[in-house]
Amino acid sequence: MPWQNNEDGDDNKNGRGSGKKSPWGGGDGGKVPPKNPWGDPPRPVRDDDRVRTGGTADFDDFIRRSQEKLRGLGGGGAGGGSGSGGGGSRPNIPWGLIAGAVVLVGLASTSAYQVGAGERAVVTRFGQYSSTSGPGFHLKLPSPLDEVQKVKFEDIRTTEIGAGDGESENLMITGDQNIIDIAYTVRWRIRSAEQFLFQVTDPEGTVRDATESAMREMIGRATLNNAIGPERAAIAEQVRERVQEILDSYGAGIIVQGLDIKQADPPAAVDEAFKDVSAAQQDAQQFLNQARAYSEQVQAQAAGATAAFDKVYEQYRLAPVVTRKRMYMETMEQVLSKVDKTILEAPGVQAYLPLPELRRGAQAAPPPAPAAAAEPAPAQGATR
Amino acid sequence: MNMRALTIGGAGLLLLLLLLSLSLFKVNEDQQAIILQLGKPVATVNTYKPNEVFGETGAGLVLKTPFVQNAIFVNKRVMSLDIPPQTVLSTDQLRLVVDAFARFRIVDPLRMYQTVRTEERLQEELSRILSSRLRNELGTQRFDALLSPERGYMMNSIQDAVNRSAKAYGAEIIDVRIKRADLPPGTPLEAAYERMRTARQQEALTIRAQGAKEAQILRATADAEAARVYAESFGKDPEFYSFYRAMQAYRTTFNEGNSSVVLSPGNEFLREFQGRR
Repeated sequence: MPWQNNEDGDDNKNGRGSGKKSPWGGGDGGKVPPKNPWGDPPRPVRDDDRVRTGGTADFDDFIRRSQEKLRGLGGGGAGGGSGSGGGGSRPNIPWGLIAGAVVLVGLASTSAYQVGAGERAVVTRFGQYSSTSGPGFHLKLPSPLDEVQKVKFEDIRTTEIGAGDGESENLMITGDQNIIDIAYTVRWRIRSAEQFLFQVTDPEGTVRDATESAMREMIGRATLNNAIGPERAAIAEQVRERVQEILDSYGAGIIVQGLDIKQADPPAAVDEAFKDVSAAQQDAQQFLNQARAYSEQVQAQAAGATAAFDKVYEQYRLAPVVTRKRMYMETMEQVLSKVDKTILEAPGVQAYLPLPELRRGAQAAPPPAPAAAAEPAPAQGATR
Repeated sequence: MNMRALTIGGAGLLLLLLLLSLSLFKVNEDQQAIILQLGKPVATVNTYKPNEVFGETGAGLVLKTPFVQNAIFVNKRVMSLDIPPQTVLSTDQLRLVVDAFARFRIVDPLRMYQTVRTEERLQEELSRILSSRLRNELGTQRFDALLSPERGYMMNSIQDAVNRSAKAYGAEIIDVRIKRADLPPGTPLEAAYERMRTARQQEALTIRAQGAKEAQILRATADAEAARVYAESFGKDPEFYSFYRAMQAYRTTFNEGNSSVVLSPGNEFLREFQGRR
């Protein structure tokens, strides 16, 4: 420590010019010894003053004594050994300046503040609101006077209500006394930093409560089917407006950006029945599709058959007798060429038809007899 | 001498600061303060007034007499009053668990201090009032009215009633709202589920039946339309149609080779067969 070997300096001071050099190499006796690097320029002046007023020793003593006291207060680490000369050179250090500098630095460091991007800083003077400042570097009165509270102004915060992960259910009763499992998220941000700070305790909880009650209110007016399906978006919008109204009525300084319904389903306990409803819808659709296919088919058939008839009829009208005869003969030819034929000649003869035999014969000789080979059979006839 | 003056000056300054710190106190923008003189309230600072602008309120540094006076701080912000869920029995004997909350603000800190002393005790008092008022008011309603109590004047009348009591404690109820209204777990919830289930089953049945009905109508319409088309075409000559159709039918019926036909010689087809004319 610079002053540890300054007992010499002490001697120097008291026994002015005793010949001992200070370690920093000042001159000797005759000159005013430069005690330490800091002390040089002011020293002579002060010395002179003191010499003139005769107060040097007094002052030095005072300083020394007070330092000893301080040291004693500080736990007396140095003990008595340094007590005699410990503070010897201390008066040379401009304590006032240092203290002043420290205070200044302290003041300066609390007189300026920086606000990050997307932040707002609310400055209060003796607790009273004074201003709100945006991003950048700002000055204020030093700390005990002006205080700064920063809020993340532009952050969009989200509050989730209901898990929406199927593990826990957030059940709510709908207007038609059904139960819905609903999960939603509200997105909000600060509109007024000072209101956000000063108006409402626990703004997050306030947003949550307001949203929950607004959602319950709206769901309490909707039917289950609407809430699950078609009116979901409309409900979300109504709830958002309602939450905004509620928060405004508190003066919360919060703006609700949006509300998303992540999930609006029937509870798991009745899910099966709801699935059956959609299965039924599928079934009904299937019935309709089949019926439509059938109707297409029937109508096409009708169109085809009647068109064919119309064509034939057109020709038939031109030559009815011949056409009729021709059609009959052609049909008979085609029909009879393929079947077994039996012609019963005698009128009045009771015909006994051994039908099983006929059938067997037909099986034995699959290729039917040519039309010309039809045999007349007297009483009964079978093919071959 | 000089130094002594300095020392004395410094000490004096310190003493002054000490005195100032004892006789000044800071009231934040979100606080109200009551100044007590030997335990007796003598003044209030920065009390709530509607439509205040921050920066023009009573917040800031306030003087008091050192040692004799001290300050008590009271929250100025809107506070939350959360009461435990209440079971409410509607007039049609259905149970509902209602979870409500209120927002309130201390508007008269002095009265608050004189009646209940602390914010905690104020909250307790208000909770008690709110929950009994809630049960009473909601208990006079039918179940379906409870589901959306904001529709009626119910919430307003609860708020008014609680507000009247709250005034006695220097508080103001800003809002009373129902956060949740649930069926109690167990039988009521199961019954509701069962009702939902049967309603869905009914819906599913209806949908299927409706689909079947519409399908049937579609088929019948198609049949009718086809019949119309047939009649329009065939009706031009019913006699020829029956001949034409018979021919078609013969072709399709005797298409298989394993039929037998017994013909009498008088058959039209065999007319020429007999060779006589």
